[in-house]
Amino acid sequence: MKRIFVCVLALLLSSTISFAGEKLVIKGSTTVLPIAQKAAETYMNTHPGVSISVSGGGSGTGIKAILDGIVDIADSSREVKPKEFELAKEKGMILTVHPIALDAVVPVVNPKNPVGNLTLKQLHDIYTGKIKNWKEVGGKNRRIVVVSRDSSSGTFEVWNKKVMHKDRVTPRALLQASNGAVREAVAKNENAIGYIGLGYVNKQIKPVSIDGVMGSRDSVRKGKYPVSRILYMITSDRSKQPVSYNFIGFVLSSAGQQIVQQEGFIKLR
Amino acid sequence: MIVTVFSVVILFLIALFLFAEALPLFKKVSLVDFLFGKMWYPTMSPHSFGILPLILASFYVSFLSAIISIPLGIAFAVYLSELAPKGIKEVLKPLVELISGFPSVVLGFFGMVVIAPWMTNKLSPFFTKTIPNFLSSLHLSYLSSFFANNLYIDVGLNIANASIMLAFITIPTIASLSEDALYLVPRTYREASLSLGATKWETIKKVVLPAASSGIATAIMLGVSRAIGETMIVLMTCGGASMIPVRPFDPARPLPAAIAAEMGEAPYHSLHYEALFGIGAVLFILTLIFNILSDIARAQGEKKMKGKSV
Repeated sequence: MKRIFVCVLALLLSSTISFAGEKLVIKGSTTVLPIAQKAAETYMNTHPGVSISVSGGGSGTGIKAILDGIVDIADSSREVKPKEFELAKEKGMILTVHPIALDAVVPVVNPKNPVGNLTLKQLHDIYTGKIKNWKEVGGKNRRIVVVSRDSSSGTFEVWNKKVMHKDRVTPRALLQASNGAVREAVAKNENAIGYIGLGYVNKQIKPVSIDGVMGSRDSVRKGKYPVSRILYMITSDRSKQPVSYNFIGFVLSSAGQQIVQQEGFIKLR
Repeated sequence: MIVTVFSVVILFLIALFLFAEALPLFKKVSLVDFLFGKMWYPTMSPHSFGILPLILASFYVSFLSAIISIPLGIAFAVYLSELAPKGIKEVLKPLVELISGFPSVVLGFFGMVVIAPWMTNKLSPFFTKTIPNFLSSLHLSYLSSFFANNLYIDVGLNIANASIMLAFITIPTIASLSEDALYLVPRTYREASLSLGATKWETIKKVVLPAASSGIATAIMLGVSRAIGETMIVLMTCGGASMIPVRPFDPARPLPAAIAAEMGEAPYHSLHYEALFGIGAVLFILTLIFNILSDIARAQGEKKMKGKSV
């Protein structure tokens, strides 16, 4: 009995020691930022000894920071590039990539627009300016108003890669600064088309299926929906142990995945 | 004295920083390509950093808002200074100055949520159906089809929208400063004119306004330079399309909007970051030119006044 007590005490002490005054630094993608921030807040509430600082800066900046050993966890909305893995190898560093959430980008039109499905090719041509009128894709005889995002946004990045294949968006496109602003612009304009993160879809606008597949939690998780991506948190063997892994474990737990869903992204499971 | 020198030094350093941050861009992109390039694709590969569409957008928006606000601003100033009873003037003048300090984000939001849908849903059918129908009933079929084909508004977030919202900022600026200029015209001028049998209207038109012309020119320049530098309104109401604007109902991307929308995500010391500082430098030079022009107008006016009083 006494021995068990000592063991428990020792365990408690060791855990307090390992957590006391621990500082975790997280940096990277602005897309992942809301998840990381919310998760950090919740985590700090339940682990009083840990302080977590979260900042944005972009996926590239985050990965560069973890390679320089400045941060413990890098957030990324893209995969680690081969060049970055090589850099890690040169430094004798092992990167571990943890998928934490899924994200999908959905094309949306005004609810009054009869068009409900577009092919990837049609979307591409609408955004490059080759298709100019809704009647070319089965709608009314109206000019298409293309709404896009500023070229630095993460949502634009997915769209650019998966739909545009890195071709230039027509200069006629309206560039809005946020998902909310795109939704507002499409909701207020009968001839507009835009794209927003799945979490932003509501009744003001009508989502359009791509090649017959509607963007949803289900179709994304099954890998059927073409305009989706995985969001990551990246650790290295030099990240603070075990607190970095504990934190990522929390993000992957059902409480953490609840946060993922609240922030408008898709749970892994 | 020390404070003045200090603030001037700080301002000078800010300008220096602006140019220093922009300079490395021109090792990669020539100044001509930057200023006169027609394509603004800062993050694509291959990228292109032509800011001509942005410069033209800034000019277009400021020009249109000047057309709206100069007559209204001056008319308001004349009313305040020459016609309004004292009691009304004492209420109106502070009110106008209050409006010029109205938060621009509120104006931008109003333009986005109220003016933009109104333009596409009400104004566009008026231009493309009501007016052409009326004109064709008058057998002016050419004019009718011109209206129907050119004045449709498919985008509510456009140059006209931004210009109208900007006018809310420039009208009070022009009105308030012009009123000051009119107030400074000596009473004796008016009395001399009236004693010669001129009516009040003739006095205003031929004596008071010409005498205050340099002050009014200063007011206009400062109003326009405010419109060029104003960021929030153009960011929210102009649509942000980086094409060369043609019609007043085209969307556009003025210089300040490009900086505000893109700076947050441009990687530190990348070409894009430097290009945005380049835009800042262009904007700085443009507003500087307008301020110098207003100074010249003022100096010329003072010279003229001195010549007359001798």
